[in-house]
Amino acid sequence: MTTPSVTQPAAVAVPHDPERDLLRVENLRVAFGEPGAEQEVVHGVSFSLAPGECLAIVGESGSGKSVSARTLVGLTGGRSRVQADRLELDGESLLEMSDRRWRSIRGRKVGFILQDALVSLDQLRPVGKEIDEALRLHDWGGRPARRRRVLELLELVGVPEPEVRAKQRPYELSGGLRQRALIASAIAMDPQLIIADEPTTALDMTVQAQVLEQLEAAKRRGKALILISHDLAVVSKLADTVAVMAGGQILEYAPAERLFARPEHAYTRALIEAIPSADSRGRRLSPAQRRAPLGAVERRPESDGPVLSASELVKRFRGPDGVDRTVVDDVSFSLGQGETLGIVGESGSGKTTTARLALALLDPDGGEVSLAGEAWSGLPERSRRQRRREISVIYQDPLSSFDPRWSVEQILLDALGEEYAGAAAKRARAVELLELVGLEQEHLKRRPLQLSGGQRQRVAIARALAPQPQVIVCDEPVSALDVSIQAQVLDLLADLQKELGVSYLFISHDLGVIHHISDRVLVMCDGKVVEQGSADDVLVRPRHPYTQKLVASLPALERPAPPTEPLREVAA
Amino acid sequence: MSSLASPPNPTALGRQPSQPLLWLRRLRPGVALAGALVAFLLLATLVPALLTGKDPYAVDLSATLQAPSLEHIMGTDQSGRDLYARVIYGARESLLIGLGATALSMALAIALGVAAGLGNRWVDGIVSRGLEVMFAFPVLLLALLFVAVFGPSAATEILAVGIGTAPGYARMVRGQVLAVRDSGYVEAARALGHPYGSIVRRHIFPNAMRPLVVMFTLGVGQSIVWASGIAFLGLGVPPPAPEWGALLNAGRPYVTQAWWLEVMPGLVIVLFSLSLTTLGRHIQQRLEGGISR
Amino acid sequence: MSSVAQTPAALGAPGLRQEPLPPAGASADARARRWRFAKRIGGRLLGALFVLWAAATFTFFVQTLLPGNRAQLILNQQSSQQQTYTAAELAPVEAKYGFDEPIMQQYLDYLGGLVHGDLGTSYQQHLPVLDIISEQVGPTLVLTVTALVLAWAMALATILFTSRRRRLVSSAGSGWEIFSAGLPYYWLGVILLVVFAIELQIFPVQGGTGVVGLVLPALTLAIPLAGFLGQVTRDEFEKVLDEPFVTSARARGMGDFQVRLRHVLRHAVLPAVTLSGWALGALISGAVIVETVFARPGIGNMIVTAATARDVPLVSGVVMLVAFVYVVANILVDLAYAVIDPRLRA
Repeated sequence: MTTPSVTQPAAVAVPHDPERDLLRVENLRVAFGEPGAEQEVVHGVSFSLAPGECLAIVGESGSGKSVSARTLVGLTGGRSRVQADRLELDGESLLEMSDRRWRSIRGRKVGFILQDALVSLDQLRPVGKEIDEALRLHDWGGRPARRRRVLELLELVGVPEPEVRAKQRPYELSGGLRQRALIASAIAMDPQLIIADEPTTALDMTVQAQVLEQLEAAKRRGKALILISHDLAVVSKLADTVAVMAGGQILEYAPAERLFARPEHAYTRALIEAIPSADSRGRRLSPAQRRAPLGAVERRPESDGPVLSASELVKRFRGPDGVDRTVVDDVSFSLGQGETLGIVGESGSGKTTTARLALALLDPDGGEVSLAGEAWSGLPERSRRQRRREISVIYQDPLSSFDPRWSVEQILLDALGEEYAGAAAKRARAVELLELVGLEQEHLKRRPLQLSGGQRQRVAIARALAPQPQVIVCDEPVSALDVSIQAQVLDLLADLQKELGVSYLFISHDLGVIHHISDRVLVMCDGKVVEQGSADDVLVRPRHPYTQKLVASLPALERPAPPTEPLREVAA
Repeated sequence: MSSLASPPNPTALGRQPSQPLLWLRRLRPGVALAGALVAFLLLATLVPALLTGKDPYAVDLSATLQAPSLEHIMGTDQSGRDLYARVIYGARESLLIGLGATALSMALAIALGVAAGLGNRWVDGIVSRGLEVMFAFPVLLLALLFVAVFGPSAATEILAVGIGTAPGYARMVRGQVLAVRDSGYVEAARALGHPYGSIVRRHIFPNAMRPLVVMFTLGVGQSIVWASGIAFLGLGVPPPAPEWGALLNAGRPYVTQAWWLEVMPGLVIVLFSLSLTTLGRHIQQRLEGGISR
Repeated sequence: MSSVAQTPAALGAPGLRQEPLPPAGASADARARRWRFAKRIGGRLLGALFVLWAAATFTFFVQTLLPGNRAQLILNQQSSQQQTYTAAELAPVEAKYGFDEPIMQQYLDYLGGLVHGDLGTSYQQHLPVLDIISEQVGPTLVLTVTALVLAWAMALATILFTSRRRRLVSSAGSGWEIFSAGLPYYWLGVILLVVFAIELQIFPVQGGTGVVGLVLPALTLAIPLAGFLGQVTRDEFEKVLDEPFVTSARARGMGDFQVRLRHVLRHAVLPAVTLSGWALGALISGAVIVETVFARPGIGNMIVTAATARDVPLVSGVVMLVAFVYVVANILVDLAYAVIDPRLRA
């Protein structure tokens, strides 16, 4: 039974010279599942690529972008069925290939780079061996020749002291170096096509920049590049052509410049507008949502003094090897009522520990924290317990912060205090909270596992609001969400702040998010505060070299001009 | 924006239709079999006479060492006694020994595991060292030691098996308690201002004790296996009690001529243990319904 | 056999992420590294000594719990009669075994003796326990070690070939492991004996100490252990198969079997390696049963008669021996760790 080919929007104005094409994909369909009970995940996708060009496939989770790319290396998984009118690499069809044929193509004609080298390289082996393996599998040469080539490759990707580094394992290298090693292992056999699947996700911004640099260098060397990402901004520099995917189809397929300047599809436009950045400050990232009016939730009382302040915080930890490390070193900040203080830094900067100190889940080794003007840190837990209602928290992974046995109702009831006497009153209040964050009464009896990522985060926000706090500590609350959901959650947080006057201590590694949502910003590096000030001051006119480096590595995207014609929508 | 925000609801927790005995029809055949066997043996414990007409003590010297047949499903032993009847009548004592040993083992395991998991580093250190020492004593050698000191009896069996199997379970419990103690929801509860006692009661205990059902059923099966092993060596309950282990011991000298004397009781023990484990795992899965983490 | 001792995976990551501690940097002194290494080795040895000491203490105090008078027991044993003796008659026996001294003194003598390798004197045979044991222990050790090696080979083969393959194969492999792990030695041994030795006559019924006589007993010990090790490793193995670095290896052109052998296996065997330390001690204890079933020479028979005859020193001697083997095996396991997973060397 053949699936009728779904017409995707014609590749208008994409310069396309069939003679030069290295890769041609027409009407690609991928289905998963047992024969007879298959679910189609990719519904007729087409694209092509010539050497020296870069195609970016962009979409959110579940869009089918990763699966589509994996058909090119035959790694879609055990129970998958790949069909296409045409799936050709360098004139050779990739359909119905035997395992042995695939093994000769993988690594040799197509290089595949995954994300985060920490998990994409074998932790137990030196990186040199991983690179060497790529050569060995294709019988490239004898051992001494391979050893030389490994060092050459490491130099090519910019790893200093390659002889030393080749013998080290991924966890012994810094983030940037191990990403380069990963790239080296993928391009070892000098493949003509390089596919990078989410090459920058979960990486620090400075490391992201290094990765993109390396990919650009490969492109300059004449390789064809496919970038898969959910981050439009990241691909904007490198991509010549962009394909926007959703629900297994390509919604828009256009040259990069045109797509970013004048997107034709509503989805693409919404995706671009959902990206938080300096330009998006003060405006909504997503279409307005149906939410309950304030109702019985009270606005926080106005206060002049800071609602949360920290002075000269110090925290040391003893590592597994017995060496003491100062994770937070002389950190001070103050958070006023109704404002958002963003703390930005890369991994290891101490921002998470600072958050835990602010929540008094940890006691500092030096310095102190005050909540609403009164002492907060260093008190015995008994005296703090009552006041914990003033400050709450939302996490990056809300699922792990919910008791696995509880339903949404139980989670919310647990967070409501004793002010509400009687089960009925409490329940009514729980419903109010749900509606405040854009959910409905019927969500009460659901379990968190049955909710989507965005819905779970909303429940977490509802729970955080239940005790009517002054401050909410947000620890990377949107980092694990798709761009469109992230936009909704950021908008929700902004709305709540406007309506309730609650303050946020917002922690993130994503400069764009921080710039969008913060009034003031704190930049942390290695436990120290390197720069502090208003968001514009710090992020537009950074003074400290580290901040400057951080800002420079942020890929920026220009907002597109308003549409002149009605936009195409997704068929309902 | 396309509505990619909320994926369709994953299969809702089965809203049980109000059809009686539907659950029986839905059982996988393996689980149903296991349940049947366990029920059968429980019946044997309570009313053995219901399951066999023969007398386990009836000596019949004309029918010694007969292979399994229609008349004697499991054959006869060296005194002509029907083996099947002896197995049925022996179920009670064997099960009691198994239950007793498991109860002792679980009690020790929970006490030690929780102490180690909840206590500070000192307490954990001491208990963990203690568990390490206990690991150095395999069940059988412990049994031999106790028999040498106290003499063979059911109590010795229970003591040896209970203490010998405890450290394995204790470590499991400790692991569970630690995992829950370090989890995100316990920290969230702290941040909400709940007192420690309430957190232990409402979060740590219920979540850490979740695998208890599986542990217990596994434990009973294992205990019976161990206890019968001890008795097999002649260190268990003295004859002529038809306890399973004693049956195994009695059959030893005849193994080359009458294999059924060893294999049949052993088969019952193995099947019983397997059935208990299968049942336990099934019950655990049902209890966990919407949790699955 | 005591069941799974592995810690289950954490139920959820900590809410506020633990930030990774910044790497120590290449500035870590080589000397500081060596010093830390020495401390760790020292710590392990101390831990091992503690276990031995605690085991000895436990064993000693269990001995003192012997109901009735020990000297009386010994005399009754000798004469195979049950009678009570006067204090004067008991005195020389008590003096010989040291029962007339205060408990603490006996305890210290016991410990002192252990350090010198004196495990006491058998009540039955009136010979030093150490001598008795060393005469008989050879075949048992051979059997145990062979069984461990066999168990590992079977477990690894099953995992490599049946993990995550077609549904039927995978569940068969997993099902077999669960089934075999719970098999009692006496039952499996008898079945193997009856099938292969008596009916098919491939192996001798009484094998003695030769290689041929080793096969069935070793298999009996190995099969349940293989099931157990396999279960533990399979869980890890299947988890690791999904990790990104495995995909990277495949994307380089590596075939499936090679990926399993060269990459996944090393990551998955650690829990099973941990268990092997304990397994050796448990195997010796299982050997007691297996030797009985196959009438094989070794300490099995000896220790059973000793227990029935209430010969406490002999039984305690074997218990201490097993504790010693357990401790040594665990130290070896620790060393093996550092070789398998270099991250643990830190």
